[in-house]
Amino acid sequence: MFRIVRTDVLAPTVTRFEIEAPFIARKRKAGNFVMVRLDNQGERIPLTLADSNPASGTITLIVQAVGKTTKQLCAMKAGDSILDVVGPLGTPTPIAMHGTVVCVGGGVGTAELYPIARALKEAGNTVLSIVGARSHDLVILEPEMKAISDALYVTTDDGSYGKKGFVTDQLKDLLDTVPGIGAVFAIGPLPMMKAVSTLTRPYNVHTLVSLNTIMVDGTGMCGGCRVTINGAMKFACVDGPEFDGHSVDFDELMMRNRTYADLERVSDQKHACRLAGTTQESLR
Amino acid sequence: MTASNPLKPSERMKIPRQEPLEQDPQERSTNFLEVSFGFDMDRTLVEAQRCLDCKTPYCIDGCPVGIDIPGFIRLVLEKDYVGAVRKIREANYLPAICGRVCPQETQCEEVCVLAKKLTPVAIGKLERFVADYEMREKLFEAPVIKEHRDEKVAIVGSGPAGLTCAAELAQKGYRVTIFEALHATGGVLRYGIPEFRLPKEILDLETERIKALRVEIYTNFVIGRTATIDELFDEWGFSAIFLATGAGTPTFMGIPGENLSGVYSANEFLTRVNLMGAYRFPDTDTPIRIGKEVAVIGGGNTAMDAVRTAKRLGAEKAYLIYRRSRQEMPARQEEIHHAEQEGIQLLLLTNPTRIIGDAHNWVSAIECQRMELGEPDESGRRKPVPVKGSEFVLEVQTIVEAIGQKPNPIIQSTTPGLTTSKRGTVVTDEMQKTSRPGIFAGGDLARGGATVILAMRDGKQASVAIHTYLADKRAAQLPSHL
Ligand SMILES: Cc1cc2nc3c(=O)[nH]c(=O)nc-3n(C[C@H](O)[C@H](O)[C@H](O)COP(=O)(O)OP(=O)(O)OC[C@H]3O[C@@H](n4cnc5c(N)ncnc54)[C@H](O)[C@@H]3O)c2cc1C
Ligand SMILES: Cc1cc2nc3c(=O)[nH]c(=O)nc-3n(C[C@H](O)[C@H](O)[C@H](O)COP(=O)(O)OP(=O)(O)OC[C@H]3O[C@@H](n4cnc5c(N)ncnc54)[C@H](O)[C@@H]3O)c2cc1C
Ligand code: SF4
Ligand code: SF4
Ligand code: FES
Repeated sequence: MFRIVRTDVLAPTVTRFEIEAPFIARKRKAGNFVMVRLDNQGERIPLTLADSNPASGTITLIVQAVGKTTKQLCAMKAGDSILDVVGPLGTPTPIAMHGTVVCVGGGVGTAELYPIARALKEAGNTVLSIVGARSHDLVILEPEMKAISDALYVTTDDGSYGKKGFVTDQLKDLLDTVPGIGAVFAIGPLPMMKAVSTLTRPYNVHTLVSLNTIMVDGTGMCGGCRVTINGAMKFACVDGPEFDGHSVDFDELMMRNRTYADLERVSDQKHACRLAGTTQESLR
Repeated sequence: MTASNPLKPSERMKIPRQEPLEQDPQERSTNFLEVSFGFDMDRTLVEAQRCLDCKTPYCIDGCPVGIDIPGFIRLVLEKDYVGAVRKIREANYLPAICGRVCPQETQCEEVCVLAKKLTPVAIGKLERFVADYEMREKLFEAPVIKEHRDEKVAIVGSGPAGLTCAAELAQKGYRVTIFEALHATGGVLRYGIPEFRLPKEILDLETERIKALRVEIYTNFVIGRTATIDELFDEWGFSAIFLATGAGTPTFMGIPGENLSGVYSANEFLTRVNLMGAYRFPDTDTPIRIGKEVAVIGGGNTAMDAVRTAKRLGAEKAYLIYRRSRQEMPARQEEIHHAEQEGIQLLLLTNPTRIIGDAHNWVSAIECQRMELGEPDESGRRKPVPVKGSEFVLEVQTIVEAIGQKPNPIIQSTTPGLTTSKRGTVVTDEMQKTSRPGIFAGGDLARGGATVILAMRDGKQASVAIHTYLADKRAAQLPSHL
């Protein structure tokens, strides 16, 4: 069992968790993730290690409630325990000195981006960060990102905060005006990462994206996470989750990720009913 | 005639081999309950009488772990079933499992003297009966550990190889820790072999019995990630390590359309169902997709398990596509027979060439080609060659590829000095020693895909080698792991 020691709500559907997992805390590197299973009926889901503290033996996860498992997790409180947490998994992000780098985070992807941006900063890069969200209340980790960035740009789709528009608009500005951008790191929804990769291609800037695939085991044993990179089959959980954005077949991946969309809704609705049930009971 | 068996050999040879009780094929193809009920007590006693108690019991040589087969059968005849299972456990710590999934027909039963002219003694079913009896009557007692030793041994992977090695070393008095990547123990026994062939309750019980030997088990612990092999030596203080991580990485055929939604590796398909309980969705959270028509590609145990699982999940038509003929199928005969009884359609001498998708990127059909058998290849099996112009299209919505697995490379790539083969297996000598002192390996990791009993043999062999290695080290009083 893995005990939750602290929770913070970062945005209406986004919660940060600090969880006791001493072995994982010792070994975490930027870009690693864990597989989490909440209880005996639970699904195994991948979540990025946003941070860790080897001294206190804790790891940090930042979770957006999108479906059954993430909603159930986001309803958990300090003192509750998670049945299974395994990691750190995946190949850590290659952290090198590129000169100037642009780190682009979309939605909860910013949580996955943060440890990488920080590692890049620590490696001596000039870090320009772009954080995008649909609206102001969904912007997460702004102070954290600010602290490790040389400049931080915020964009919102509706213009309720920062600059109105998409992260790609801001990125294009930087690519056109800032000389010597050595690499772009983009993490967010697949359409966003695809758009970033399409944008940077003519600039010939190395672009790293982190692929959110369907995963079962997270250790290379099922092939459910397979993606096509430069025409070859790769397993995102062991060969990635980060890949060269210019080599990824995004369209195929977006289709594959919809495999269970309707079934996930069944699971989610069932959960919603159960939750409603318990609330009614506890009201009595 | 002997004390335990009053019948003369000629009389024993007149008794027909007993057949196990089985769930009705029609009924069982819609549930996940065990197919075979094994022998009841009457059948057990009759079958046991068939054994000739040979002076030279070839059957023992046919068993990779060397169970004293006539010895335990004698105890069965004396109705000392617990004595019989204890006799088995001296050589094999997982009798309830082997009695169910061991390929007896190519091991002990193949070389039984009765096999030549008549039918062999049903050794596996007898083994299962006594193990189940002990379980049902709750008569298990953990073997007494006579001597305790200080050295700690790490076992990586909790499949049959790892569990066996752990049980053997714990009985020798070592402090044993198993590290398992998944959230549950058992390896393929857990995530691969379905409930209807090996109920998970039995696996849980066998695991409890290993814990009863004071073996410590860490699940959710990936060696190479959560800790490396060298950290196990240097920081955790282990004196020897047995690697038994199996061959769990799926391979794909490499034909067009494999990344369409609805194409699974057998491992993903079976893991969702067995490990994650997808057959109970939405009571469990892990979903599985099953079309009206399902095709499974392959001819081994894995393919057989996948296709029978698909049928149970509600497929109206479940096809097994195999490129050679029935004779060459590596699956156990009993399983092929069971599958056919359940209405599985075998498409033999057939090879897929392409998977076809619909507008939503979902599988809608598979294109295949007929094959004929040509000259024998390196493996001695006749090589299938395509028949020109024989392509045909089969409508299916789900495809499961069960064409083979290779070892997971996580440990090999994080452990300097560990020699591997071209196929990705870890190279060992006949004692299961690897290229690095103190590191041993066995089971599917060393063999590629093999069997439960061979994995157990390797685990047992490694326990002997580790015992010798540690005794030598103690004698030489070298500092640990040098
Ligand atoms: C390597 C990796 C790291 C990740 N890190 C984080 C993280 O740090 N924080 C976080 O909040 N989420 C992260 N995710 C995504 C997270 O795993 C999914 O949101 C989660 O599995 C959804 O489970 P659910 O049961 O709550 O929702 P479901 O009911 O399974 O799905 C809800 C909706 O999300 C879609 N979906 C399902 N799985 C994924 C997925 N893997 N990626 C994108 N969409 C999906 C479904 O199609 C559906 O529309 C990561 C994914 C990967 C592969
Ligand atoms: C579907 C299917 C059906 C089969 N049916 C039969 C049958 O009827 N009869 C028969 O004799 N054989 C059968 N086999 C073959 C048999 O199951 C295997 O030969 C046997 O399980 C191999 O045992 P093992 O201990 O070497 O490895 P496995 O059983 O594969 O166990 C390896 C374990 O190691 C764990 N692991 C992997 N990497 C790591 C790591 N880095 N750190 C920690 N743990 C790790 C895995 O999670 C797994 O639990 C079948 C195989 C399959 C796939
Ligand atoms: S373990 Fe397998 S080979 Fe050995 S006696 Fe039992 S069934 Fe036969
Ligand atoms: S070879 Fe057959 S008959 Fe002879 S002892 Fe073994 S099981 Fe009995
Ligand atoms: S999640 Fe199973 S292989 Fe990657």
